Amino acid sequence: MQIKNIAEIIKADVIAYETGIEHEVHVAFGSDLMSDVLAYVEGDTLLITGLVNHQVIRTAEMLDIKVILFVRGKRPTEDVIALANEKKITLMVTQKPMFTVSGLLYQEGLRGIEL
Amino acid sequence: MGSIIKNEENVAMRLNYTVDNDDFTRAGEASSKIKQMLKQLAIDANIVRRVAIATYEAEINLVIHSNGGTIEVFIKQDCIELYVEDNGPGIKDVSLAMTKGFSTATAVAREMGFGAGMGLPNMEKVSDTFEIESEVGVGTRIKMVVFYNTK
Repeated sequence: MQIKNIAEIIKADVIAYETGIEHEVHVAFGSDLMSDVLAYVEGDTLLITGLVNHQVIRTAEMLDIKVILFVRGKRPTEDVIALANEKKITLMVTQKPMFTVSGLLYQEGLRGIEL
Repeated sequence: MGSIIKNEENVAMRLNYTVDNDDFTRAGEASSKIKQMLKQLAIDANIVRRVAIATYEAEINLVIHSNGGTIEVFIKQDCIELYVEDNGPGIKDVSLAMTKGFSTATAVAREMGFGAGMGLPNMEKVSDTFEIESEVGVGTRIKMVVFYNTK
């Protein structure tokens, strides 16, 4: 599923590295625990989280994650957005909570990672 | 302490980074530099990814738990060796610390998304060999090796 389709489905705003919206992800993982993200996620995954600090971008960088969706109306600060732009990681924000966006995306065919 | 020995033979390139404790904004900078260097050297993407996870988990641990420390990377012909060393406080029970889910991380670390008790087990998972030694009041040392042709 292309990032721009994801943004459309959940009506999210793209706030960093808009160039990346053509990129495709094959699975998604939702978590506020970066420790678990590091333990289970591989590249080409949509990361859904309510955490908005530097470490989310660093975690994505280490795992080659290209896109992060921030839920529950959380918005990262400008320096976090700048780091994402530098690392070519697309950031999206939505007011919706994690369960709702997960359900909407699942309905459209996006699946979770296999543990 | 003293069972982990640095194997300085045939090191093609050596990288060395100092990591300060409690500096959450900068946590990950060393791992980021290491990752970029390995990519520039055209090392296989899967190997780069495993080393990145190992160094990043180590770096986060140094920031959360240690009084500061270092990460040293030896790039060799057949593998990458990672040496993580800190100046204490040391781990009381290493086998407990290696248990998935066990954590002594502070509330601040948890707010940053860490402290799930996955760091050390994850470092062991992504490396081909993993050694750890620790002494309370002295410090902790970890050696990890990632071979180019395994996992």
